[in-house]
Formats: sequence, C-alpha cells, structure tokens
Amino acid sequence: MSAPILEARRAATAPREVLARLRRALPASALLTAPEELKPYECDGLTLYRQPPLAVALPGDEDQVLAVLRICRATGTPVIARGAGTGLSGGATPRADAVLLVLSRLDRILHLDPQARSARVQPGVRNLAISEAAAPYGLTYAPDPSSQIACSIGGNIAENSGGVHCLKYGLTLHNLLRLRVATIEGEILELGSEALDAPGYDLVALLTGSEGLLGVVTEATLRLIPAAPCARVVLAAFDDLKRAGAAVAAVIAAGFIPAGLELMDRPAIAAVEPYAQAGYPLDAEAILLCELDGTAEALDEELARVEAVLRAAGARDCRVSRSDAERARLWAGRKAAFPAVGRLAPDYYCMDGTIPKKALAAVLGEIRAMEKKYGLACANVFHAGDGNLHPLILFDANRPEQVARAEAFGQEILQRCVAHGGSITGEHGVGIEKLDAMCAQFGADELELFHALKRAFDPYGLLNPGKAIPSLHRCAEFGRLHVHAGRLPHPELPRF
Amino acid sequence: MDAAAALAERVRQAAARAERLRILGQGSKDFYGGAPCGAPLQTAALRGIVAYEPAELVLVARAGTPLVEIEAALAAQGQMLAFEPPRFSGGGTLGGAVAAGLSGPRRAYAGAVRDFVLGAQLIDGRGRLLRFGGRVLKNVAGFDVSRLLVGSLGTLGVLTEVTLKVLPRPAQELTLCYALSQSEALERMHRLAAGPWPLSASAWLDGRLAVRLSGPPAALRAARRELGGEELACAARFWDELRDQRLEFFARAQRLWRVSLPPTAPPLPTEAATIVEWGGALRWVADPAEAADLRAQARRHGGHASLFRAPDKAEGVFAPLPPALAELHRRLKTVFDPAGIFNPGRLYPDF
Repeated sequence: MSAPILEARRAATAPREVLARLRRALPASALLTAPEELKPYECDGLTLYRQPPLAVALPGDEDQVLAVLRICRATGTPVIARGAGTGLSGGATPRADAVLLVLSRLDRILHLDPQARSARVQPGVRNLAISEAAAPYGLTYAPDPSSQIACSIGGNIAENSGGVHCLKYGLTLHNLLRLRVATIEGEILELGSEALDAPGYDLVALLTGSEGLLGVVTEATLRLIPAAPCARVVLAAFDDLKRAGAAVAAVIAAGFIPAGLELMDRPAIAAVEPYAQAGYPLDAEAILLCELDGTAEALDEELARVEAVLRAAGARDCRVSRSDAERARLWAGRKAAFPAVGRLAPDYYCMDGTIPKKALAAVLGEIRAMEKKYGLACANVFHAGDGNLHPLILFDANRPEQVARAEAFGQEILQRCVAHGGSITGEHGVGIEKLDAMCAQFGADELELFHALKRAFDPYGLLNPGKAIPSLHRCAEFGRLHVHAGRLPHPELPRF
Repeated sequence: MDAAAALAERVRQAAARAERLRILGQGSKDFYGGAPCGAPLQTAALRGIVAYEPAELVLVARAGTPLVEIEAALAAQGQMLAFEPPRFSGGGTLGGAVAAGLSGPRRAYAGAVRDFVLGAQLIDGRGRLLRFGGRVLKNVAGFDVSRLLVGSLGTLGVLTEVTLKVLPRPAQELTLCYALSQSEALERMHRLAAGPWPLSASAWLDGRLAVRLSGPPAALRAARRELGGEELACAARFWDELRDQRLEFFARAQRLWRVSLPPTAPPLPTEAATIVEWGGALRWVADPAEAADLRAQARRHGGHASLFRAPDKAEGVFAPLPPALAELHRRLKTVFDPAGIFNPGRLYPDF
C-alpha cells in the first residue's frame, strides 16, 4: 500500500497556542482534543487513510464557524470541513496539523416555503431529512445519493452529489439556489439568491463540487420539486451486453428521459439475486431497470412505448411493475448490490468513472479482460442513463498482492474511462483518492489555473490543503495514473 | 494553424501590449451589459458542430457557430436546447449565448444555460487554450470552470468550444390562457407549479396568463381537462416572440429593466408595463418612472434588477455587489485575465 500522502506541515503557530485560542472561542462541548475523542474522526468514507487531526471543532452556530476559521487564518493552521463523513474519496481525511471543522451540529431546517418550493437549511442537515420535511407538502428534494439517510447537505454541495435520479432531475448544483459561505478570513459571502439568478459571476456553480477548498458552506437554499404522483419500473433482461448498451441508447434516442436507468451485469445479478430475491433472471447477461414517473394516466401510454423500444433493441424479456410493492422489489436488488457483492469477497473497491453511453459495451468488455489480467472478479452496476460506472472489484485486503492488483485494476478502468472521452469521477469526487488520476484528466495549464482559483479564495492555502487538485510537482513526479484502493466504509449505508 | 490557435496568438499579442479586446460573435447582444470597447476579436472562424450524438444527449460545437445552425441540427433529431436562449435580431452564436448566460421561457422548469453546460474550451488572458469539464453528463473532476464562464460576458476569456447537454423535444405542447390580474396570475402560477402538471413556460402580460405544458399526449389531455382556460392558437409563435423579445412590449420599451425575484415576491409597485415570466421569478418592466426605486424594491425582496436595454446606462447595468464579493470578482478576473484585456467594463465598470 502506498505511503500516506498527507504528511503534516509545520504550522506557523505552536499547536498548544492554537488549541488555547480554540478553547477560548468555543464552548467546552464544541472542542475535542483527547486522542480517544479524535479517533472517530480519523477518516471519512475512505477508510484506508487514518490520521487524527490536531483537534475537532463542532460549532453550534455560524459565529463559531467564523471564529474557528479566523483562528486558523491567524495561526496558519489548516482547516478541513467535514459533514457526515460518508464521502468515498477522502475529501475529509484529516491531517495531523489541521483542525477538523465538523458541521454536523448545524442540523436545522431553518425555513421551508411550500409556495416558493424552497428550503433554507444548515449544512449538517441530512439529505433525506429535507425530503421528509417536504413530503407533507407534496414536495421533494431531488438529489438522492445512495448514502442519503446519513450524508449531509453541506457534503453534497462540496461534492456536487448525484444519485439514481439525476439524469432527469439533476445534480446538487441544479437544485441549489443560494449559499452562505464562510471564507478563510472569517467573512460571510452570500452567493446566488432565492431568485433564479444573481448578478456577477456564477459563484454557486464554482463553489459546488469544490470539495471544501474555497470556503465553508454555513447555509443553503435548495429548490424543492413536486413529488411525482406515480412511478413505475420496467425490468428488461438481455442475453448480450452489447444489446443492453444499445437499448440504453435506444430509450434516450426515442425521446425518453427516465427517472432512473440502471444496468447490472451478470456477476452483479448473480451476487444480488440470492441476497435480495428481487426476481432477476440469473441467466441474463445484463438487466436494465428503467423507471418512468408522472401521472398514472400518462404512464400507461409511456410504459407501453418504452417496452416496445426495449424489445426492439433486443430485450429478451420485459416486466413492468404493477404495484408499488412490485416496484420496490425490483429496485431492492439494485439497491442491495453493494452489500450483496460484499458477501462474495472480504473486500471490494468501488470505482466511479463516467463514459459516453456508446462506450458501455466496449468498456464492460475491457473490464472482463482485466478480470483475467489481474485475477480478480468485478461486478458492474451502472447509472446507465448518465454513463456513470460503478465497477466493484473484489479482493482481500489482508493479502497485500491482491490489494496491489485491485489498485492496478481500478487504475486501468479510470484510464479507459478517460480514453473513451469520460471522466475519472462522476459523483464521488477527487479528494485524495484520485489526485494522481487528475494528472491524466487535466493538463498543466488547467491545473495551474485551478491553483490560482484556490488562491483567489484562500491565499494562504489553509482550506483543505492537498485535496482535489494535485500539485504540478506531484503530476510530474508520478507521471502516470495511480489510484489508491479503499474499502467501502459505513457498511450499514446503502450504496448504489 | 487552426482558428483557435490563431485567436490564441492574437490574444498573446494583445496581452503583451495590454491592448483591450472586444470579443465578437454576431454582435446580437451588443446592447446588453456595459458598452463594448476595444479591438474586435471575431469568433466567426470558430464555426461548426464538432460532435453530436443524440443518444448521448451531448452536443459539442465551436463557439462562433450560429445558434440557428445548432437548433436546426437538434430539431432534425427531435431534440432541443432546453434553456431556450434568446435569439435577438434572429441571430447569436453559441459562445455569445453562453457568455451572456440568458435563458428563455423554459428556464424555470428545465434549467438555465449553466445547467446544460458540460464543458468548455477557453483562451485565457495569457493566450493559453484551456479545457474544462468534459463530454459526459456527470463529471466532478476539478473546479467547475465551464459553468463559472456562463454569464461572465466574456470578461474571463474567449470561449472557443462548448459542450452542452441537450434534451428530447416534448411529444406535444399545449398553451392555456386565463384572464387574470398580475397578483391573481402569480397565485395561479404558484398553484400550478406545486401540482403534477408538465409545465414548460408561463407568462403574464396584458391581463392574461399563458401557461405552456409539454409532454406525452396523455399528460396533456389530462391537463386540458383539469386546468380549464382557453387554448392559445399559434402558441409556438407567441413563445418564440417572447423568447426573442419580438413582442410589441419589447419594441416599445426605451428603458427595459429585467428584475429577477423570488417567485413569490408580490407585484412590483409600479404603473409601468410589465411582463411576468418564470412562474413569477422574472419580471420585465418597461420605462418605469422610478428606476432607482425598482433596484431597491428588487433588493428588498431578495432579488436584483438590471438595466437590460437603454440608450444610456448611467444607473449602471447590473446591481452593485457587496464589497467582499466585488473584491473576489476582481481577484477572479485577475486569475483569468491578468492584463485586463477582455471585454473591459462589460460586466462591471471597474474591470
């Protein structure tokens, strides 16, 4: 396993002095410094890297957030914002010289306006809690990352999280109206507005997905949408991966934007069916789950059309859900894919690359070949509608040579994604996990501009330093893709 | 040397002698923003669709490509630019549409220009050709510079190529009309937006609310049955004229204000002619007697007012930014354009 990349940097002020200042600024319950208290915070969802921070600050209001930032600024101390710690790319991995700014206590929905269809929330509010609060008004918050029962909205904004429904309803950015952001100077910026635009540069777009490198979100206004009155799903089975890939294209080309369009390959089906009993055909090479939503009346007509498209594209068998219970059962298999795969091997490594949809069959074929090359199995689940692959590479972390092979396997998948015109990350972010892969995705000029952008917000390089954007030096030194494997943490959370 | 490389060379020369450049597509939006100044830098040579695959929902085109050319290619495949960029004087280029960041009637229901931008190539103020984003629908690698460029009015660099997400055209459209006062219309817009209706545009003018619905035939039949109102004939023409500002309201307006508000803000206290769009979130006000007050009113309701088109713009085009945000804008401008050569004064007078 590669050496940790986040070596501690000498702070400008002695740690003891930093802690003393934090103690004066925060109530005792909002500051953790004892080793046993720091332990739960030593990693996020990328559990491979563990490093307790200098201290954990748990502010209870925006003023305390600002106070922490001012102290970090004044003392030259790195500061790393963290939400629920469910991120998979190490965006909230601590470092020994840093204050971990945990926003989980800022967990209030401040205002929900059913008429304007918006919600003003603090960053620590859980994603699902927003839809739960909106449900009595017939509204919902669309982005639904699979960890939505635990992940917080601040983290969703930092990663620009997606979910199963983002082909139709958009990513976090598309459902965001306004941000309050604390700068490293301890000032507040209001970005965007509760109108549909704001004067000046679109800084909401820039901040969303910036992985905590530019500022700390202290409040957000989110757009809510009416919950669809009805949703139904078609399960289509294919004897051939190429045909399944072509069917995805055919559905889109026929003018449908499904609320969900998911693909699973044979190894994923084989893992899932005994575990979830979803009724998937075990002899199919691939299955597609295609969900449409809308009014019941319109859905009948639409489902008949989509089924015809799937059959014409070579689906062997189509099953349309006739009740919500049946729909839930058909989805249960897809949603159980990660834990089901987790039963097949001691560990698995979840990749997150995107490709053009037309490359689907080719990439899955390449992955089949890599299974032989690396001697490791790989199950594939895929947000097919938006080209987002989640290959699950099975390995045993107690066997170092397997870890190395899993790493190399994952690295080659990302290289193939870039080669096919895709991206090294569709929704999990770069964090520390994909720093080296960034060197393949971007050239030196773009990386230099990213660093200059960071300096415009954070001239001292104190906000989540060393994450998301590799240094030019690092890219020159590695000169190749290199991806660190990580075991999926939070086994209790659904991941799809 | 290809067209983008030639432009990059021209930018490097200009940067070396701090020569100001005015980035120019078809000039269809010269009236918008601060007055253009500097030597024209034509993007016309950057023309053509680079890649378009309908099943990918992705279109890549050079920045100087006329919007009409792109829209024709999309229509041939039953697809569209869902943000409906305005085509002033019937024209405009892709680069201009992205740089201006203006969206049409579908914006409140489908999203804005920036929601559909997936990637961009840009010549920065050092003459470097940079690539951001990608050609896939989901991509969170690196800062989202492509979307930052939307609405930056060319002050950060020269767009050379843009990648867009495109959408299928709806199977059918239907426009229903209701005779209502402005406040009744606002209330109706909110009520409709909370329901299951496939809304795609709304506009109130001359005491009438027009609501467009787009979707499969069965959904529109249900809407027609449940929502009452009168069906508007020649609806496509009406929405096009609204989108491209060819309605008489726009022709008459000398000083046209664009007021962006939270949708639930009440009618603005003005006697001036008004069009309400976007479910209440956009109000066009023609020749108000009390312009200064309009900006204050917008701010009070949590929105902002811009002087969209006027013979003189002494009040400033865009609402002033608070000091910390203004300072951040100047720093961002310097990151992209250290010599300050691109479209000076077009967004704010001091850069």
